[in-house]
Amino acid sequence: MKKLIMLFCGLALMVFAASAKPNPGDPKKATKTGNIAIHFKNVVNGQELKLNDSLSLYKNANGDDFKITTFKYYISNVSLIAKNGDKVAIPDSYFLVNAADSATQNQQIANIPEGKYTGITFTIGVDSLRNFAGAQTGVLDPAKGMFWSWNSGYIFVKLEGESPKSTAKKNRLTFHIGGVKAPNNTIRTFTQKLPKTLKINDGKLPELELIANAGALFQGKTTVDFAKLNFTMGGPNSVVVADNYADGLFKITQVKN
Amino acid sequence: MKAKGIVFLVLLIFIMVSTAFNYGFKGINYSIAADSVRFAVPANFPKPVYDFKDNPVTSNGFKLGRILFYDPIISKDKSISCANCHQSFAAFANLDHAVSHGVDECLGTRNAPPLFNLAWQKEFMWDGGVHHIEVSPMNAMTNPCEMATDLNTIVSRLQETNAYAPLFKAAFGTTEINSQRTFRALAQFTSMLVSANSKYDKYIRKEKGGDFTAEEIAGYALFKQKCSTCHQEPLFTDLAYRSNGLDLKPEDIGRDSITHLETDRGKFRVPSLRNVELTSPYMHDGRFETLKEVLAHYNSGVKPTANLDPLLHQNNVYGIRLTTLEQSQLIAFLKTLTDRDFVNDKRFQAPE
Repeated sequence: MKKLIMLFCGLALMVFAASAKPNPGDPKKATKTGNIAIHFKNVVNGQELKLNDSLSLYKNANGDDFKITTFKYYISNVSLIAKNGDKVAIPDSYFLVNAADSATQNQQIANIPEGKYTGITFTIGVDSLRNFAGAQTGVLDPAKGMFWSWNSGYIFVKLEGESPKSTAKKNRLTFHIGGVKAPNNTIRTFTQKLPKTLKINDGKLPELELIANAGALFQGKTTVDFAKLNFTMGGPNSVVVADNYADGLFKITQVKN
Repeated sequence: MKAKGIVFLVLLIFIMVSTAFNYGFKGINYSIAADSVRFAVPANFPKPVYDFKDNPVTSNGFKLGRILFYDPIISKDKSISCANCHQSFAAFANLDHAVSHGVDECLGTRNAPPLFNLAWQKEFMWDGGVHHIEVSPMNAMTNPCEMATDLNTIVSRLQETNAYAPLFKAAFGTTEINSQRTFRALAQFTSMLVSANSKYDKYIRKEKGGDFTAEEIAGYALFKQKCSTCHQEPLFTDLAYRSNGLDLKPEDIGRDSITHLETDRGKFRVPSLRNVELTSPYMHDGRFETLKEVLAHYNSGVKPTANLDPLLHQNNVYGIRLTTLEQSQLIAFLKTLTDRDFVNDKRFQAPE
């Protein structure tokens, strides 16, 4: 009998201990949250990106002239890195930026736990799970034109344009980067230490300026020559481009608290 | 009295307006009764691949999917519906058509596969490029040689056709029409296309009507010995990609177009043999008209192609040698895979 009581007490203590342990997912303990505004600024190697601008052509690292007619990209699975090194994941964070639609260049990330953050990390493109999850809606709606029907999966970065160097029909440039299966997996992760500590407070709207450099697709590990590479829709050539842009595509240049 | 008159007038105008909107979409009955449907796993089948958690089949969802499947509004010039290439009497393949035939008399490059037991498929199409049942119709919708349109056009046309809002509401709770709901309704219809009631199934489940003849028994024994590695029971496919030695230099690179691997050049998905009696012509390009021609290929036509399946090159013999008697026994067995209940199921046919 005594043993039984001891056992019962022990058990009760364990249950108590387990329930008293702070659980970050506990809704009762949920801290206040805040939002940030993100301003996406599209550039080409330092110049402002203007679509269909035939007057001032851009130059890639190989010295080839080109213009851009389409530039769209996904970022997803945003996490902020707290001062103590903790990674705070923002659930359901999917963003599609389209250079032809200025509304998509100013977005907000909501529901970030209050605190001070020194870094950011996100997926360039759409995580593998969502690529295999069937029909999606919102920014992941395949009607957004960033989904392959014949080899299903999201196009992570889409750049189309023209270059006199391109050997394709009408000198076209077609760079549709995507694919999540080895050996042609093009998921790349961007991580950066913020230029200044970001303070998230309920009721405040701090701002981040994020620069996207379309020129990064064509330089990095491999300098792209438009005479040789002017078309890719997944596969090994998309891996070449993804490896190029992994480091250079994005840069957070400003934090305004 | 006066109020009644106003209601009547408003109703009349509404009917007139909706009729005007629907002009040109003749032949689709948007007001069919919802069938009582439920997805069930046949006793001799494994667990399905499709996770119905986010999209359980309901009577109203299935009904909407059925109407969409038969509605040509989905194609560029409103002339081609899913059912054009997927005919119920051909087990939802395209009878007599070697390759898909779309808008503007455009001919595609591959044979329309039959649609059944899709809930058990992890990948779709001859090359396996599509890996989810929900997004597989997008392929035909956007292919320039099939429906040649795009999702935005389809969604706005559905929004403009008044009959659809109540159908979407009944299926999903609100009148919102978007691509996800369109795909999910179609998936509710296509996942319900279960073929598991052939003579073979009755034989396996020891049900009435499942008595095999001596010829069918002999054919089944041959099948198990010579064909079942690739055409695995009970789906009659292992869903793998293989080359069966059709051409020394394949015109269509097949699976290679998806994986970009030289070792996948000329490989195509092993098709199911269920309902094979009804799904001629055969192969990815529909080159063979009859089952006899198919067996003749395996007997003497297999070529030493680059990625030929090793099962078709054993002991220095290319293909599967079969005597004339064996070929007819095999064909007798293959015909036991015909599921008349499935192809005659009114729930799967065009809304009357």
